[in-house]
Amino acid sequence: MSAGAGHGTGHGTAPAEEYVPVFTGAARARLDQLFTKYPTKQACLLPVLWIVQEARGWISEQAIGEVADVLELTPAYVKGVVTFYTMYHTHPVGRHFIQVCTTSPCNICGAEAVVKALLQETGCRELGATSPDGRFTVIEVECLGACGFPTPILVDDDFIENVTPEKVKGIVQRYE
Amino acid sequence: MGYPHPSHPKETVVLSKHFGDPEARTYAGWLKRGGYDALRKALGMTREALVEEVKASGLRGRGGAGFPTGLKWSFMPKDVVKPHYLVCNADESEPGTFKDREIMRWTPHALIEGCAIASYAIGAERCYIYIRGEFTEPWKVMSAAVDEAFANGALGDNVFGSGKRIEMVLHRGAGAYICGEETAMMNSIEGKRGNPRIKPPFPAVAGVFGMPTTINNVETLAAVPHIINQGAAWYKALCLGNPKSTGTKLVSVCGHVQRPGNYEVTMGTPMRDILYDMCGGPPPGREFKAVIPGGSSVPIMNMEEAEAALFDYEGVVEKGSMLGSAGMIVMDDSTDMVYQIWRLARFYAHESCAQCTQCREGTAWTTRILERILAGKGKQEDFQLLLDLSENMTGKTICVLSDSCAAPIVSGIQKFRSEFEAYIAGAREPALVSV
Repeated sequence: MSAGAGHGTGHGTAPAEEYVPVFTGAARARLDQLFTKYPTKQACLLPVLWIVQEARGWISEQAIGEVADVLELTPAYVKGVVTFYTMYHTHPVGRHFIQVCTTSPCNICGAEAVVKALLQETGCRELGATSPDGRFTVIEVECLGACGFPTPILVDDDFIENVTPEKVKGIVQRYE
Repeated sequence: MGYPHPSHPKETVVLSKHFGDPEARTYAGWLKRGGYDALRKALGMTREALVEEVKASGLRGRGGAGFPTGLKWSFMPKDVVKPHYLVCNADESEPGTFKDREIMRWTPHALIEGCAIASYAIGAERCYIYIRGEFTEPWKVMSAAVDEAFANGALGDNVFGSGKRIEMVLHRGAGAYICGEETAMMNSIEGKRGNPRIKPPFPAVAGVFGMPTTINNVETLAAVPHIINQGAAWYKALCLGNPKSTGTKLVSVCGHVQRPGNYEVTMGTPMRDILYDMCGGPPPGREFKAVIPGGSSVPIMNMEEAEAALFDYEGVVEKGSMLGSAGMIVMDDSTDMVYQIWRLARFYAHESCAQCTQCREGTAWTTRILERILAGKGKQEDFQLLLDLSENMTGKTICVLSDSCAAPIVSGIQKFRSEFEAYIAGAREPALVSV
């Protein structure tokens, strides 16, 4: 499947550089494996979007076009799904993506102070912004499902429990 | 056991026995602990006998609704003319709840075994386990365990030589609280936006991919092997309160207690025992103020109610709330109730799928009114406005998300009105800057 062959690839935007498709080689093999696990191609959409994000760090318009092609969906449909789920990034984020739980159970145990400490330590000026050195993006998330271990944070795929403002510096230093 | 704490004498440790023991995660370790005996036994029984056994145990859904599990299974068509599916709900996203995470992290094979037994009982050859996207560690542990189960014949085309086929697919969510609602979950598995569906048709008639489907919570399914091994009568006898609530329940306790964690109690255990004995009471020098007993979606209890309640489906209802998922959020006298109720409303506003007007508008407007009160700009009329909105948000939508937003608002105003009054009267410093 070549990029640009499908409906909507590069739609409405001047491509700065040529899009390199995700679903070649090993990723293509993973896709074929996925097709055996679901009775429809459409059902492979969430796992396919995860593969794209793993490979590229975010899900671009061109990637949406490619996903639509391989799953025989329209780009508009794919975009509707991408934007429904908060974990898919529709724009590039820092090298390390930090998600902090601030829902009530963590909130009453001091989660907002953890957010402040993370913003300060990473140099991210505000929630959702990427630090000037491109290292971090910090966002607040709703309940991470580890309420007995306040405050839990996710740094990329690392789930870290019992974070306090004092521990933030040490955690941030672990990520280049 | 009250993971991460040692077991308390007042607990009844069944599901949580191996929490914290890494060896129990492996197939070999699980066999050593009696694992997969129940699946072998179940494969020697008829489907009907299995359903009857689970019915007789009194097991009810542990995800929040408390629907009798055996009865749910019995709704599946007797003859398998088209594919049947089991969906395991591992989307645990209800604020205050963190029990399924521990089941998957420490005893993945308990869940796989429960899923395999349930699949057989309902005539399904494929089970999807829907794990929320943020659960990176449970995902890794479950993936490894499923691979091991296939390699050892506990899953696959011919499970333990029985001729039965049971496949298992892990499906990763991507950040949406609403996908824990069963019909939204089915849409999400199908590759759609997670919008809840109108019922009927119920899942047993037309579920995932339009096929007969049963959806059960992680804890419910993990309890099934114990029922098969030790019998329905044993399970049913685990009861200290109402006979309609049987077995053990994992209680996730968080917030202002000395020892937060997951405690496993016999249904009907007094809430006092959980709060004071198991969890060690409030932090030093503080007093309890309120408890949300069943995840954030149920009414807030004051301490008079909480301390008198028996912890089971009926006991908590009797004292004005619901057992829900048994995620207990405990708040002491340092808590600003208005601020926390606003934070909960903000949660629901963020998580509304926006299909139904009452929910889309109601969650957003109640959040903004609470913001106004916190900013010191509230008015007396806001009480009635919040209650009117809540009334319109209850029982009028496709799913219960908006009801869940209304529950803490209505109960909060009823039980902690003076804290709202203080903001409105300007007797308290605004907690938020002007909105």
